[in-house]
Amino acid sequence: MDRSLLIHVAVLLGLTALAVSAAPAAEPAPTPERQQTLVHMVRQDCGSCHGMRLAGGLGPALLPERLAELPDEALVATILNGRPGTAMPGWNRFMDEAEASWIVARLKEGFPSLQ
Amino acid sequence: MTMRLLSSLSTLAATLALTACASAPTELRGTGDLGVVIERAAGRVQIVEHSHDSSLGNVDGLGDLSHAHVVFSRDGRYAYVFGRDGGLTKVDLLTRRIAKRIIQAGNSIGGSVSQDGRLIVAQNYQPGGIKAFDADTLELLSEVPAEYAPGKFSRVVGLADVPGQRFAYALFDAGEIWVSDFSDPRKPVTTRYPAGKQPYDGLVTPDGRYFLAGLFGEDGISLLDLWHPEAGSRKILSGYGRGEEKLPVFKMPHLRGWSLAAGQAWLPAVGHHEVLVADARSWQETARIPVKGQPVFVMARPDGRQVWVNFAFPDNEWVQVIDTVEKRVIHTFSPGKAVLHLEFTPRGEEVWLSSRDSNRVTVVDTASFAVRKELPADAPSGIFFTSRAQRIGF
Repeated sequence: MDRSLLIHVAVLLGLTALAVSAAPAAEPAPTPERQQTLVHMVRQDCGSCHGMRLAGGLGPALLPERLAELPDEALVATILNGRPGTAMPGWNRFMDEAEASWIVARLKEGFPSLQ
Repeated sequence: MTMRLLSSLSTLAATLALTACASAPTELRGTGDLGVVIERAAGRVQIVEHSHDSSLGNVDGLGDLSHAHVVFSRDGRYAYVFGRDGGLTKVDLLTRRIAKRIIQAGNSIGGSVSQDGRLIVAQNYQPGGIKAFDADTLELLSEVPAEYAPGKFSRVVGLADVPGQRFAYALFDAGEIWVSDFSDPRKPVTTRYPAGKQPYDGLVTPDGRYFLAGLFGEDGISLLDLWHPEAGSRKILSGYGRGEEKLPVFKMPHLRGWSLAAGQAWLPAVGHHEVLVADARSWQETARIPVKGQPVFVMARPDGRQVWVNFAFPDNEWVQVIDTVEKRVIHTFSPGKAVLHLEFTPRGEEVWLSSRDSNRVTVVDTASFAVRKELPADAPSGIFFTSRAQRIGF
């Protein structure tokens, strides 16, 4: 078998793997009602530490410019499991991973206002 | 003839009086029964009165009022409203207008007023530290940056006025208590004391003697005797959660001088569904009272016979009342969704409770627990009555 073909196949496989891992999670977006509940929770309850305008307080700011550099998976994990040694609790009793991912995506683009 | 003239004159007077009422606030009145309700998302406050439990009007344009705090001028006429966005607004409660407004910081959580009423001091997260302003003009007089190590600034919590033009406060990031003396308002002198891990709030006892800083990073409270500051701070209620797993904390508890009642201090246990009770002389633990959730505010009725408790998310629809003699919960109820704050009238016959997600303030009789009134409000949070102006540590 030709060596260069093998390399081509390997590179292609690698690219495919990359493409798959970079693709957005396949989980469905929360229903519109649930989205409103999540927006309310983030603005009001997360807001008690991060500020209602998410500009920070006891917790850091959650504005797009600050979150841009941080990987989605790390942010989702922080929301769900908290950060030991800080005041950030895990919120996995109140939302699942798809919902936390939805919140992270909204935070990175500028979080919706309260209805 | 004279009679007729008199009667028509009195009709005229009554008409004028009515007109004056309708175009309030020109009517002459006192301020001892006034208060402010924060409408946090709207950047607005309601001016209320507790003689007849009513709302008198609104004042708009106060910025980001999440975690807003209010102190009052000693004549009870002006409310100083501290906003999250660093806004400091002096509101005239009588004309219901903004008398003065400045942006004093990037991120703020409250403030305090000096013993002589001449200084307004703000406590800030960004830039970390405190700033002193002239109470009349809001001119900046001096500041104490919370620089606890070279180039490192802490967020400031628990600021409380104490006698002698001093202010005590805690540094969340530094784990310290600082006391700044503003006898010369342009040249404050600051003394530092160790506190413990992550102090989250502070209080001064009603006599101004003890400053307590609640700790988030460890189980315990740091105590400083301001009559014997040379003795330094010490830990009380250390390890109150020993042997139990700490629950995640979805909202930080708050402390203030209302924690003292019936010779005991009544304090929220962080990460536990308990109110801690300590003797206010020996500071030894005397009881732990199981409650419905993690306490946020643990507030004594002014006479000290009851302590009212609200809770962190997700138990924040509930309020419980503790009898301070029996040291047990005697009443549990829900005035609405997301109860954020409560405030007693000066002598405690009624309490006002704000329900953020039910958009109302509920006035409750503290003897019968009957609802006296419900006032509509847009996502209300803090409720502050002018009687605070006459108390140390408010």
